Amino acid sequence: MDSLELARWQFAITTIFHFLFVPVTIGLAAFTAYFQTRWHRSGDEKWLRATKFWGKLLLISFALGVVTGIVQEFQFGMNWSNYSRFVGDIFGAPLAMEALAAFFVESTFLGLWIFGWGRLPRKVHLATIWLVAGSTALSAYFILAANSWMQHPVGFEIQDGKAVLTSIWAVLTNNTAIYAFVHTILGALITAATLIIAVSAYHLLRKNETEIFSSCMRTAIPVLAVASLATATVGHFNGVLMTEQQPMKMAAAEAIFETQRGAGLSLFAVGDFEHNPEGLKRNIEIPGLTSFIAHLDFNAEVKGINDLNQQYRQVYGPGEYAPIVAVQYWTWRAMIGAGFAMIAIGFYGWWLLRKRKLETSRRFLKLALFVPALPVIANAAGWIFTEMGRQPWVVFGILRTSDAASPAVSTAEVAITLIGFTLLYGVLALIAGRLFVQKARQGPDPERGVPPAEGEPDLSLAY
Amino acid sequence: MPDVSFLQGLWFVLICVLWLGYFVLEGFDFGVGMLLRVAGKTDAERRAVIHSIGPVWDGNEVWLITAGGATFAAFPIWYATLFSGFYLALFLILGALILRGVAFEFWGKRDDPAWRRRWEWALIGGSALPALLWGVAWADIVHGVPIGPDGEYTGTLLDLLGPYALLGGLTTLAVFLAHGALFLALRTKGVVEQRARAVAVRSAPVAAVLAVAFLAWTLVNQADRGGVEVVSAVLAAGAVVALVAAAGLSRERVGRAFAATSAGIILLFVSLFADLFPAAMVSSTDPAFSIPLAEASSGDYTLTVMTIVAVILVPVVLAYQAWTYWVFRARIGAEDFGDVRTPVDLLERKFGEGSRENGRGKATEAEPTGAPGP
Repeated sequence: MDSLELARWQFAITTIFHFLFVPVTIGLAAFTAYFQTRWHRSGDEKWLRATKFWGKLLLISFALGVVTGIVQEFQFGMNWSNYSRFVGDIFGAPLAMEALAAFFVESTFLGLWIFGWGRLPRKVHLATIWLVAGSTALSAYFILAANSWMQHPVGFEIQDGKAVLTSIWAVLTNNTAIYAFVHTILGALITAATLIIAVSAYHLLRKNETEIFSSCMRTAIPVLAVASLATATVGHFNGVLMTEQQPMKMAAAEAIFETQRGAGLSLFAVGDFEHNPEGLKRNIEIPGLTSFIAHLDFNAEVKGINDLNQQYRQVYGPGEYAPIVAVQYWTWRAMIGAGFAMIAIGFYGWWLLRKRKLETSRRFLKLALFVPALPVIANAAGWIFTEMGRQPWVVFGILRTSDAASPAVSTAEVAITLIGFTLLYGVLALIAGRLFVQKARQGPDPERGVPPAEGEPDLSLAY
Repeated sequence: MPDVSFLQGLWFVLICVLWLGYFVLEGFDFGVGMLLRVAGKTDAERRAVIHSIGPVWDGNEVWLITAGGATFAAFPIWYATLFSGFYLALFLILGALILRGVAFEFWGKRDDPAWRRRWEWALIGGSALPALLWGVAWADIVHGVPIGPDGEYTGTLLDLLGPYALLGGLTTLAVFLAHGALFLALRTKGVVEQRARAVAVRSAPVAAVLAVAFLAWTLVNQADRGGVEVVSAVLAAGAVVALVAAAGLSRERVGRAFAATSAGIILLFVSLFADLFPAAMVSSTDPAFSIPLAEASSGDYTLTVMTIVAVILVPVVLAYQAWTYWVFRARIGAEDFGDVRTPVDLLERKFGEGSRENGRGKATEAEPTGAPGP
C-alpha cells in the first residue's frame, strides 16, 4: 500500500469512529433537553431522574466525539495538504465558522450544564442544555456544507490552479447540503431513539424503574417511527438529487452498467469483486423500479456506468471514473435495508403503544435490545457510500483524490499514525463501550426523597 | 517579502489572538493537569483539582480548534505546510489531547483505584506532552525548519527537536506549570491550595529563568539572521519582566502572580509572532524558500466573509466564556467531596459537625478568579 491508500484508510477509520458518537451526541442532547423540559414544566421527579440518566450517557458519547473531532480537523492539513492548498479558500471557511459558532457554544454550555445543576437558576440551566443541543446540530450543518461542496461544488471559480470562493451564500445554501443536513439530523434522532428504546427495554424486561423507562420508551417510539419514515423520504429526494449531480454514484449503487430505459431495481446481484467488473453474473430485480424511483416514470432512461465512463473520459481525459461497484451496491442496500427495518420496528412499537401492550410485549422488548445496531449500520454504510461513490474525485469534477495527499509525508509516517490512531481508538472504543453499557445497566441514580434545593450544587453528573 | 494586505494582517493578528487565548486558558489547564497527583493525595483532593478546571477545560480547548480552522480558512498554504510538515509532532499532541480529554470524563466513573490511577496518569501525561510540544513547535516555526523550493517540509521529526526548540518546549512546560499552579491556588482551598502555592513558589522562578534563556536565544537568532527586531525584543523584555514579577509575587500575592504569568505568556508569544511576521513559515534551507503570509492566504472575498463572522462572534464567545468563570468562581476544597461510600458517611456528611462549615457554606466568601481573557 502506498501513502495515498494508507491516508484514505486513516480517513475512513477515524471518520467512521468519530461518527459512531456524533449522531448519539446530537440525538441524545435533544432528548435530554426534552426530558429536562418535561421536568421543568411538571416538577415530576421521574423526568429529572431520566434527564440525569440519559445525560450521563450523553457525556460519555460527547467526550469521545470531541476528542476524535480534533483529529478530523487536523487531518486535512496532515494527510491532505495538497487538498488543503487547493480548496482552503472555500473549505476552511465553514470549518472556522463551525468552531466559532458551534464548538465554543457546545463545549462551554455543556460545562455549565454539568457543573451548573443547583448553581444556576433552573430556567438558565434548562437553557444551557438546549444551547448544547442546538449547537451540536448547527455544527453538523457547517461540516455538511463543507462536505457537500466536495460532492457538488458551487459558488467558486478556478484561479491559478486553485478553487477560489465567489459566494459563501451559495456554499451555505447548497441544495446538497440542505438535503444532507435534514437526512443526518433525522438519522441522529433515530440513533438516539434506538438507544433509548433498547436501554428502556432492558430495564422494562427486568421490571426495573418501570415508570421512568416506560415514559422514556413512550417518548422514543414515535420519534423512531416518524423520523425513520422521514429519513427515508428525504433520502429518496436526496437520491434523486444525487442522480442529477453525481449520476455515476447512482449507477454504481444500482450496478447498472449499460444505459437503459425501464431500469429494474436489483435486489440481489453477484458479479466479479473487482474495481469495475463491466457487468453482473446474477441479478434478481424488480423491473422498472429504479427508473421510477429516480424519475417517477417506469420507462425513464437511467444512465449506466459504462456510458458515463465514456462521457467522463471525453470531458476529463482517460481514466476510470467509476467507484468500486460492489462497495456502492452493498453499502446502499445496507443503509436502505437498515432504514426499512427501523421503520417497521418503529411502527410496530407505536402500534403496541397505542394498544397499551408496549411494556408487556416481551417479544418487542427483546427485539428492541438489538435495534441500536441498525442505525450504526445505516450511518456507517451511508458515509462509506457517499464518500467512496465520489471517487476518483475528492472534489467532484475538479480535484482527484490521487492529487490531494501530502507530498511531505512519507508512507512510513502515514503507517505510524494509521496504526497509532487505530490502536488508540480501538482501546477507547472498548473502554467507552463497556462504560456505556455498565452505566446503562445501572439505571438512574436512586431517588433522593427531597427535591434538590436551589443554590445547592448538585455534582451527580460531574467528573 | 511581498507586502501584507490589511486583511491578511488582520487575520494574522486574529490567528495570533486565538493562539494566545489557547495558551493562556489551556495553559493553566495543562498546569493543573500536571499537578493532579502532586496537589491531590486523596480521591477527594484530586476531585477538587479536576473540578477546578472541570467546567471550562473543554471550552478552553476550542481556542485551539478555532485557531486551526481559522488558519485553514485564512492561510491555507500555511496550514497545509505546517500540518503536513509537523506531522508526527502533531500526532503526538493529538494522541495526548485525546487521552487527556477522555480521562476527565472516565476518571470518576468507576470506584476502582487502579482505574482512577490509570486515568490520572493519562491526564498528567496528556497535559505535560502538549505543554512541551507546543513550545517546541512554535520555536521551530519562528526559528525555521527545512523547507524546499516547492514549499514542502523536507525534514523529519528529529529536525524539529533541536536544542533551541527543546528549550522553547521546556520554557512553555515550566511556564504552564507555574501558571496552572497559581490558578489552582486561586481556585481551591485547604490543603490543595497550600500544595499548589508551594509548587507555584518553586516553579515560577524556574519558568522565569528558562524564559530568559529562551528569549535571549531567540534574539541571538534574530541577530544572526540580519538584525534584532525591535518590536520582538521589547515584547521579549516585557515577557521577562512579567515572569520575573510572577516569581516574586507567587509567595504572597497569588492573584497578581497569576495575572503576571498570563501577561508573560501573552508577551512571550507575541514576541515570537512579531519575529515570524511577515512570514508564515521560515525555511532554514534557504531564506528564499520561506513562505510569506502574503502568498499563503485566501482571497480577499473569503477573508472579508470571515472577518464579518469573527467580528460578530468573537465578542459573544468572550462574553459567555467570561460568564462561565464568574459562575464557577467559588473556591473548591476536598471537603466538598468527602468520600461517600456507605449510608453512614452520607448521614455524617449531612448532619455531622465540621464538614458543613468548611464546605459549601463558604462559597460566597471566595474571591473571584479574575477571569483571564486574552
